[in-house]
Amino acid sequence: MKRAGIPTEEFIYSGHTACPGCGAMLVARYLLKVLGKNTIMNIPACCFAAIPGTFPDTCLSIPLLYNAFETTAATASGIEAALKIKGKKDKITVVGFAGDGGTADIGIQALSGAIERGHEIIYVCYDNEAYMNTGMQTSSLTPMGATTTTNPAGKKGGWRTRTKKNMMEIVAAHNIPYAATVNPSYPMDFIKKIEKAKSIKGTSYIHAYSVCPTGWRYQPELGLELGRLATETGIFPLYEFENGVYTVNYKKKTKEVLEYYKLQGRFRHLPEDFIKEVQSVIDKEWQKLLYKEECSHR
Amino acid sequence: MVKKIMTGNVAAAWGARLSRAEVIAAYPITPQTIIVEKLAQFVSDGELKAEYLHVESEHSAMAACIAASQTGARTFTATSSQGLVLMHELLHWASGARTPVVMANVNRALAPPWNVWVEHTDMMSQRDTGWIQFYAESNQEVLDTIIMSYRLCEDKDIQLPAMIGLDAFYLSHTSEIVDIPDQELVDKFLPQYESSYPLDVDNPLSIGSLSMPHQWYPEFRYKIHEAMKRVIPKLNQIEEEFYKEFGRKYTGALELYNTKDAEVVLIVSGAAAGTVKETVDILKKKGLKVGLIRLRIFRPFPSEELNKALSKASFVGVIDRSFSFGHEGAIFSELKASLYGTKNSPLIKNYILGIGGRDITTDTISRVYDNCFTCLKNNKIDTPIEWVDIKV
Repeated sequence: MKRAGIPTEEFIYSGHTACPGCGAMLVARYLLKVLGKNTIMNIPACCFAAIPGTFPDTCLSIPLLYNAFETTAATASGIEAALKIKGKKDKITVVGFAGDGGTADIGIQALSGAIERGHEIIYVCYDNEAYMNTGMQTSSLTPMGATTTTNPAGKKGGWRTRTKKNMMEIVAAHNIPYAATVNPSYPMDFIKKIEKAKSIKGTSYIHAYSVCPTGWRYQPELGLELGRLATETGIFPLYEFENGVYTVNYKKKTKEVLEYYKLQGRFRHLPEDFIKEVQSVIDKEWQKLLYKEECSHR
Repeated sequence: MVKKIMTGNVAAAWGARLSRAEVIAAYPITPQTIIVEKLAQFVSDGELKAEYLHVESEHSAMAACIAASQTGARTFTATSSQGLVLMHELLHWASGARTPVVMANVNRALAPPWNVWVEHTDMMSQRDTGWIQFYAESNQEVLDTIIMSYRLCEDKDIQLPAMIGLDAFYLSHTSEIVDIPDQELVDKFLPQYESSYPLDVDNPLSIGSLSMPHQWYPEFRYKIHEAMKRVIPKLNQIEEEFYKEFGRKYTGALELYNTKDAEVVLIVSGAAAGTVKETVDILKKKGLKVGLIRLRIFRPFPSEELNKALSKASFVGVIDRSFSFGHEGAIFSELKASLYGTKNSPLIKNYILGIGGRDITTDTISRVYDNCFTCLKNNKIDTPIEWVDIKV
């Protein structure tokens, strides 16, 4: 059953231990609403490993397997292979659910292997842009300019100056059948993409924007607004990569990076010049994305 | 039953095939590679119905096996040396998750310098991972132990993983006659795996979640220890059944060779046991009271069995094909600890032999026995830990 286009069924009970305004919780909630009861989920060390509760409590009503940090994709591969040999795969969706560090850093080898092998799994990276479970350390998906506990802004700089790894391009380079970015501030788009991922024969990769009030330092109630700004600035574009074809799902890039950055304490230290630099990087990446879309549709 | 001439690697692949491994994760490493190649051929030819995963590392191989096992499938992988130590984190995970993963490990030295020949340090350094550890002497034993390991590991009283060590080249690449048991008999001996708590959408469980100090973590660990204590008695039962079904007798944690009246007993594990047996036969003809204990299992460590077997020996020489730097050979350490507090415990000396695949011959072993007798005669250990034939 759906209400306003969103399935009403819940697979996460109340009583979890996520921070107020946790983006990962919203990502997981929408994800499971679409995937439904016949889903097996596995998660590595990450915020979400602490969220469902301690043994024997759990807030999930689907089977959940905890795995070692760098093994999310390998673990999902193993579950899928076992379901296949047991003749159960057709009825069950396997989803690996990992953070940005677990995906783009320590887990990238296993992810690459699983996509290359073509396992029928959905891999979701909920990207809260740092190692948040251990207390906000830099990952390769921490954005330009952010201060973290391992890139602390000090008198002589020290904040992160590198750009984020482009995970979508990395998975696209594997000729993955389906990859998409999702943002809980755009639930209809989110749901449509998970439905598509569920129907794909082969590996799907979902890169989910996942706000973190604790680490990004903003008021928790601003999460959805921040999400909209992330997409409207082109910082987190909504797009799909399907069988080699790029489709940008939201093209109204109407806002400046500054509007997004100024709401968050993690960017508070930045001089104006640096934000301009970020703006130019974001603009270039946005143009590149539009070119890719255009070229791939030819 | 068919007799074939095959290498230890092929015997390991046959062991997995006859056990009907359902998910196989494969990554190549010398001298193990032939095991996963042979299994790939079995799958390609339709002789083994399995999901075969070309994983991108041994670490992922073990992760996939653990997850597949937790989903209810029988799993197999094979590795060696660097591959095994890369798996280390996941070896702890496999036992913590109580998954009956069975793995062949071709025992090989660790780099640097690069060395692909036999040594036991790879497995010895996994001592505390909660895996049952077998060391085989023959290719037949490799095949049979894999089948028996599934019975053992999947038993509801055990639910632990096992690794079967076979010495690089001496077993992995050396051909011997091997009996291949009938599939029907193996199926009867080893029924399909039924996981106690599989990932199941109709019975959703969260498996492996956080457990705080005041909650259940120590209890989970204690239960692994309790399961380990049940391994040797359970193995004895399984081997008895195996003997009735297939006619081959195995003797649990230890194999005793001429130990009854032996004054000097050597302890060894792996394929070098064959050379020691040969030497025992030669020296026996000369009237020397020598014997051998072959350690088949290193974990759980068979303390009671060893103490009993050594109760009449005057001198024990422990051959370690591995070394714990800053201390001594692993088997030596464990045996000394086991003997502590026993009455009339024998004199005991550590011989470090065959490191990095250096050959162990009957001549080497004769000199070791000779040294044992000299120490015994003088009632004094000359060097507690002797690296035999070291050129520096």
